[in-house]
Amino acid sequence: MDLLADVLAWFFDPDNWQGTAGIPNRMVEHVRLSALATLLAAALAVPSGVLLGHSGRGGLLAVSVVNIGRAIPSFAVIALALPFSIRMGLGIGFWPTFLALVLLALPPIFTNSFTAVRSVAAEVVEAARGMGMREREVLLGIELPLGAPLILTGVRVASVQVVATATLGALVGWGGLGRYIIDGFSVQDNVRVFAGALLVAGLAILTDVLFNVTERVLFAAGRRRVRRAPAEAGTSALNVRG
Amino acid sequence: MSEASIRLDQVSKWYAGASAPAVEELSMEMPAGQVTALVGPSGCGKTTILKMINRIIEPTSGRIEVGGRDIQGLDPHALRRGIGYVIQQVGLFPHRTVDENIATVPKLLGWDRRRTERRIEELIEMVGLEPEMGNRYPGELSGGQQQRVGVARALAADPPVLLMDEPFAAVDPIVRVRLQDELRSLQAQLQKTIVFVTHDIDEAIKLGDQVAILDVGGVLRQYGRPEEVLREPANAFVEEFLGKERGLRRLSLIAVRDVSLEDGPTVSADAGPAEAREVMAREGVDWVAIVRNGELRGWVWESELESGRKVGDLSVRPFLVRVSADSTLREALDAIVTSHNQVAVVYDGDRYAGMLTLSRISENLVP
Amino acid sequence: MIPESTFLASDPLIRWSWIWDHLEEIRTQTIEHFILTGIAVGVGFAIAMGLSIIALRFRRTYGPVTWVTGVLYTIPSLALFAFLVPYTGLSTLTAEIGLVSYTLLILVRNIVAGIDGVSPAVREAAVGMGYGRARLFLEIELPLALPVIVAGLRIATVTVIGLVTVTSIIGQGGLGLFILDGLRRDFYTPLIVGSVLSVALAVVIDAALAGVEWLLSPWSRMRMAR
Repeated sequence: MDLLADVLAWFFDPDNWQGTAGIPNRMVEHVRLSALATLLAAALAVPSGVLLGHSGRGGLLAVSVVNIGRAIPSFAVIALALPFSIRMGLGIGFWPTFLALVLLALPPIFTNSFTAVRSVAAEVVEAARGMGMREREVLLGIELPLGAPLILTGVRVASVQVVATATLGALVGWGGLGRYIIDGFSVQDNVRVFAGALLVAGLAILTDVLFNVTERVLFAAGRRRVRRAPAEAGTSALNVRG
Repeated sequence: MSEASIRLDQVSKWYAGASAPAVEELSMEMPAGQVTALVGPSGCGKTTILKMINRIIEPTSGRIEVGGRDIQGLDPHALRRGIGYVIQQVGLFPHRTVDENIATVPKLLGWDRRRTERRIEELIEMVGLEPEMGNRYPGELSGGQQQRVGVARALAADPPVLLMDEPFAAVDPIVRVRLQDELRSLQAQLQKTIVFVTHDIDEAIKLGDQVAILDVGGVLRQYGRPEEVLREPANAFVEEFLGKERGLRRLSLIAVRDVSLEDGPTVSADAGPAEAREVMAREGVDWVAIVRNGELRGWVWESELESGRKVGDLSVRPFLVRVSADSTLREALDAIVTSHNQVAVVYDGDRYAGMLTLSRISENLVP
Repeated sequence: MIPESTFLASDPLIRWSWIWDHLEEIRTQTIEHFILTGIAVGVGFAIAMGLSIIALRFRRTYGPVTWVTGVLYTIPSLALFAFLVPYTGLSTLTAEIGLVSYTLLILVRNIVAGIDGVSPAVREAAVGMGYGRARLFLEIELPLALPVIVAGLRIATVTVIGLVTVTSIIGQGGLGLFILDGLRRDFYTPLIVGSVLSVALAVVIDAALAGVEWLLSPWSRMRMAR
């Protein structure tokens, strides 16, 4: 149990709390990049998924996107983003990581937005139309509020995955919490590796919990709890892990 | 268990947490080789009673005997393999073909392959399916076909007892009538002890040799032959359950051949107009039917009679609605209502048997 | 680690001569990747089946089981490997423990949902004809749950194939080696070869599993008669 004592000592070492390599800075880097990537992905994927879902077209696209998204390893996305980022003159570090994370976040958000709108009960939509609602009113007044929990679930899945994968950004010159693990490996410093792992795992779980709490607070009252559905090949929001 | 009657002795069932019993101290006997229909509103415990017989539900107290043996002393799996079971949702195994579904219990009982195959062949024919359907999966069959397979599967090991839990409730009305008719003729050959649960009083009356009318809490309100129950409802609950159409329902239990028919306003083909008018006056109608050699030729209006001509030489109108002597009074009533003449013309095979009037039917309507 | 990248914008994305020179190694690492995946999914499936049987038999355990496997699923893979390295070293065991723990949530959830999805009427009919518990599970429930279970297996397998690339960071073989090698040497070709082959492997195995399901469940591809 020497390791755990050393890890504890590492956390209490003031040196690890200041400067570029300090925990606060690494944490801010990690969270900022993850948040930006998720936000951009949501800004792109929610409107397109919702509109396609409303029109009833693009079912095959939604299924294919999530399948392809699952088959591409996030490590490969990060690695492949590097040459492209360099070719586009964006250099290493932030941009290749950001690009990769946006790409990873798109499929679950898109597919969940699409499914959220599609799975609103047909009779509810028909009743809305029957009462004279315009398409825009059906979309904004009925489908979007009813589909909101599922859309948020998509954002949650994506953001947990983004936080996880941002760790790998350390391999392409980005900072963030992954640095502790990657650098720790290369100098065989198990204490730093373990401490980094604790920070990354804690952040990922915290992200998941925060989203869960948000979902519960927003959608609790008077609504049926959305049960965790089994994952089905092609339709689930579950995606590759980072 | 070849002559397997079923006896319930003081059987009660309390479900955990319920404030009232589902079945309370019920005693009744379901005779061997007959159909006992359990009927009643939802919550009357009819399905609970059925499921206690094959121990899918265990009674809280009381004793149930099948074929004279206390079922508590039997291994439930062995008991169930000896009792056919048909449920509303059929419950065919979707991953097995029709043949394999039918073979379920024979396989559990360890029958050899040839015996099983012979039996499948026999059953497929018995329930009116095409042999080539044996290789299909349940998902490829219509609802009515699925329930036929369900019945075949229940009969596979030739059990003396058959439990049927609303077996025809999920199919459309036309198919339901056909399945009921088929079950009736199947039972005429097989003579199983059948317990048949339904919420449909017409179905109970049609299929049951006995009808047990149950009230909420498993209270037996009346138990008897259907015509008895219809003629003499034992209490207000039964009367209300039978409904306003009780008389009409009774008509469907009486065969036309069992009531005395009238000759009706008939004259022989040789008669003249005067004789025909006399018959019309006697019967109080303005038409007359013409008979030649025991064969009904047709009928004419009074205004169509011509003096000096035999009625047999007139051009006659045919009777469009005929009823067989085997049909029920309810069917005859339907025929009368749709005919011009306010009578049903009854044929026994090809022979004219007589006429059935509305007043004759109404004598049977109110017991 | 990579303070200044020497990747050049002018480098070709694929240098074919490298591929021809390394065919043998590409083959070896693809097989290695496949084996690492197979072990993880196999062991994960066995554990998940055990957990599912417990969860189905004792309903109250389902919540805790999904909670624990859910936490394992949420921990980033690199962090999970990092937790294990001080104890099990940069070894295959470390890699497999991590990989297996990612399959559990998906598999348990799908096995339980698959069995729960068996129609109550089918279950009642089986019990009514005299099926015992074990026989009901093996002959009726499992085959009928097969499509949902295979769906879970497909997701778990594809996920693991992606994660095996990460195990190269803790010194394991597989296609991730090429990706890491490409990053370390600022060389596009192995990076692209490793990524593309990993995706290809996922697609092929996913299709193969779909094929197995198709073969094993002839009833589910039959059209309704009406």
